[in-house]
Amino acid sequence: MSGSSNLVAMKKVVQQLRFEASLPRVKVSQAAADLQQFCMQHAMQDPLLTGVSSSTNPFRPQKVCSFL
Amino acid sequence: MGEIEELRKEADSLKDQITAARKAVQDTTLQEAVASITVVGRVQMKTRKTLRGHLAKIYAMHWGADAKLCVSASQDGKLIVWDSITTNKVNAIPLKSSWVMTCAYAPSGNLVACGGLDNMCSIYNLKGKDGNVKVMRELAAHTGYLSCCRFLSDSEIITSSGDCTCVLWDIETGTQKTIFAGHQGDCMSLAVSPDFNFFISGACDFTAKLWDIREGQCRQTFGGHESDINAIGFFPNGNAVITGSDDATCKLYDLRADQELITYQDSGIMCGVTSLAPSFSGRLLLAGYDDFNVNIWDALKAERVGVLAGHDNRVSCIGVSADGMACCTGSWDSFLKIWN
Repeated sequence: MSGSSNLVAMKKVVQQLRFEASLPRVKVSQAAADLQQFCMQHAMQDPLLTGVSSSTNPFRPQKVCSFL
Repeated sequence: MGEIEELRKEADSLKDQITAARKAVQDTTLQEAVASITVVGRVQMKTRKTLRGHLAKIYAMHWGADAKLCVSASQDGKLIVWDSITTNKVNAIPLKSSWVMTCAYAPSGNLVACGGLDNMCSIYNLKGKDGNVKVMRELAAHTGYLSCCRFLSDSEIITSSGDCTCVLWDIETGTQKTIFAGHQGDCMSLAVSPDFNFFISGACDFTAKLWDIREGQCRQTFGGHESDINAIGFFPNGNAVITGSDDATCKLYDLRADQELITYQDSGIMCGVTSLAPSFSGRLLLAGYDDFNVNIWDALKAERVGVLAGHDNRVSCIGVSADGMACCTGSWDSFLKIWN
């Protein structure tokens, strides 16, 4: 019994590996360039990267000054 | 017997083929490719809010899509939905089982989910008619603990489990639509791709797997870690995956090059990674560790550029809001902190 279930399991493993082996792959230089480009393109919209001024920070309530 | 041996040999040969194919496209390294750009300047964030209310360890948190509300789960047996700006508790939901390990907020904002040692994923409707939050569905079929869950919509959710599988559920009928089997160890974490077509899982077999949600198939497997993968996330463009492990490192794997591009490690860091989240542009990687800190990495240069120190116990969960405006950390010290 366990012999045939091992066989089935092994066949699945081989099938999966065949699938993974057949994937098209992109050059690392291309992949790295795309990652870098994405970071650069979105850098200015990344508040944790650029910092947030208190006037635009929803988590930092502005202290209101009133003139007496 | 002969047939198993043949299959074993074929498996080994295929693994060698994959290694060779990965090497064949390795015309450079990420490190070399970004050699000319400078490291990000020191990142210093402050705690803007502390969310107080849980009475025991916080195990999970998840931002709502509006970047304002978030949900947290604690082993005090509660799910709390917070308004992160006012620090008010919008909902405090008592759970049947206090052994909760994960929680999730539906993109619509209508539902939250949680689960843990009860092996179930419980779905709660926040927008019920009489204003009471009730269990809408209990998704039961896993034979191991629920480690993570993420909504695709109000009608579908994906779960990962200690039974080594991930499952796509139909919430309406409470049934399993697809079972994603293949990991050889407990599945600890999952993340859904920005286009909702794929998800990735990290497991105690030290690998991460990319799954096609509709085809129900594993497309890629990434190794290299030397211990359990506890945390996983997509790089914001959906083309790369970041993992965090008990081996004290995080790794970035590119999906199209099908390989690891870089490891985030430091000889001074010797404790496991519990959680991670990329910033909006992907340039910063925030990772929570067992030593109570969050380290901030320059994701391209793989250098540490900041630390968030403020919790008095392990940082168990971390999330960056959808508009990138803030990072939320949850800890075993029972507090959540909002930083920017």
